[in-house]
Amino acid sequence: MKKFMNSADDFLKESLQGFGAAHEDIVSCYYDPNFITRSSPTKDGKVALISGGGSGHEPMHGGLVGHGMLDAACPGFVFSSPTPDQMLAASEKVDSGAGVLFIVKNYSGDVMNFEMAAEMMSGPNASVLTNDDVAVEDSSFTTGRRGVAATVLVEKIVGSLAESGGSLQECKALGDKVNTNSGSMGVAFSSCTVPAAGKPTFELGADEMEFGVGIHGEPGRRRDKVKSAQEITNELLEAIIEDLKPENNEDILLFVNGMGGTPLTELYLIYDNAKKLLDGKNIKIARSLVGNYCTSLEMQGASITLTKLDQELVKHWDSAVHTAAMRWGM
Amino acid sequence: MSVNFLIQKAKEIQVVIDANAAEIEKLDQEIGDGDHIFNVQRGIKLVIELEPTIKDLPISKALNQIAMKVLSGIGGSSGALFGTLFMTMAKGSEIDEGIDFKKAIEIFAEGVDAVKLRGKADVGEKTMMDVLIPVSNCLKKGLEENKDKNEILIEAVAVAEKGMLSTKDLLATKGRASFLGERAKGHIDPGARSSQLMIKTVCESVNS
Repeated sequence: MKKFMNSADDFLKESLQGFGAAHEDIVSCYYDPNFITRSSPTKDGKVALISGGGSGHEPMHGGLVGHGMLDAACPGFVFSSPTPDQMLAASEKVDSGAGVLFIVKNYSGDVMNFEMAAEMMSGPNASVLTNDDVAVEDSSFTTGRRGVAATVLVEKIVGSLAESGGSLQECKALGDKVNTNSGSMGVAFSSCTVPAAGKPTFELGADEMEFGVGIHGEPGRRRDKVKSAQEITNELLEAIIEDLKPENNEDILLFVNGMGGTPLTELYLIYDNAKKLLDGKNIKIARSLVGNYCTSLEMQGASITLTKLDQELVKHWDSAVHTAAMRWGM
Repeated sequence: MSVNFLIQKAKEIQVVIDANAAEIEKLDQEIGDGDHIFNVQRGIKLVIELEPTIKDLPISKALNQIAMKVLSGIGGSSGALFGTLFMTMAKGSEIDEGIDFKKAIEIFAEGVDAVKLRGKADVGEKTMMDVLIPVSNCLKKGLEENKDKNEILIEAVAVAEKGMLSTKDLLATKGRASFLGERAKGHIDPGARSSQLMIKTVCESVNS
């Protein structure tokens, strides 16, 4: 294993320290328990948005803390859920009295820990559970679909509503709507190595890809031989479209997300290939996002997310945001 | 059951888990994300390190501190589930008056019920509940039937092993292994294996 690290034990702490120092105009980092808040306090009467999850998906979620998005993020150890004491400490810091909205990806550990935090909290709170990954079927036989890259979009859009004075219930409803309107699917060309484990999470042959991979390198639909970018893109999009069923000429947001080890050059190539297919199907790309936002350490791979848009979603997507990883309009 | 008993058992469990760490890690890499063994090892270490802090506390307070430590120190599902187990045991009625064999079984069973609710998992879903629920039932049944303590403990060890092995041919419906569908078949669940080792260690130690 080759990684920029001094010891597995200090990996997260040193990374958080660097993040806090590099972006001290935007965020403040707290330790034991670990959480990240905006550098300025939550406005009175503004709903506080808190997300969190295992580390290793940066910039999600710490890089999405700032004006127009999250009020706080709780980073767990690499690929391990944060714990209720982190959520409680973060809530205490950022709750201005209007309540706390937790944004949680549908993974068992995250769900259980956020659930316990919500039970231990005294103030008003609600949760949005994201489950946009169409790779694994939602049925009574699974824990349900995973929450992946659309979480970034939920945080942006709900963040805007909270900033403009939306109530806790309104913020929750909008978060649920963005989640319902979104579908994602990913593919991996390589595995990734959790620092504490020291070896790759899974083995993938030189000419193989994991189709429908999750954001921790957990397997998806099947393992396959690597194909052309257009073939892979088409297959990802067909799966999402089949699930999302966008109307003819419906506006969508196309989000091409890198897993950490794929260059932007290739992500833009995927975008081009995706546009070709969507144009052919009369699905209108009204907004776009390309980059590494919901990563899996150094994994080579990418995911595509489509979100069906309406005027409300577009308005909140376009509004000003200033975080370490996303900034526009201010 | 005393605070000292809890710490001693944690130390015995540490030895057994460390000896089987490579196997558990491999099981997790086959059907999970490979972090289970680190979570379990970190949790045990944190509990042992609590010894000076909790050794003179009433057992309810000691169990509560163990719960909070496990919850905050492990993270992931393991932290929430084991935290729930100890937090529920800490709430057992009148436990500071003393915990005999019967009381120990009662609070353990209440803890397992709470874990079942937290994880929303039952027997047959390829998780540690395939070990914990049958063991809890076996212990309660042994009490009801007025069986000899040693006989109950020997049965519990056998039930734990059977439960652990049963996960091999199950389709996972909870946890990360559930995303694998049919591919999870043929692999023992790492959480079932680690909890079976813990049950075996405690039961055999009490029985010796």
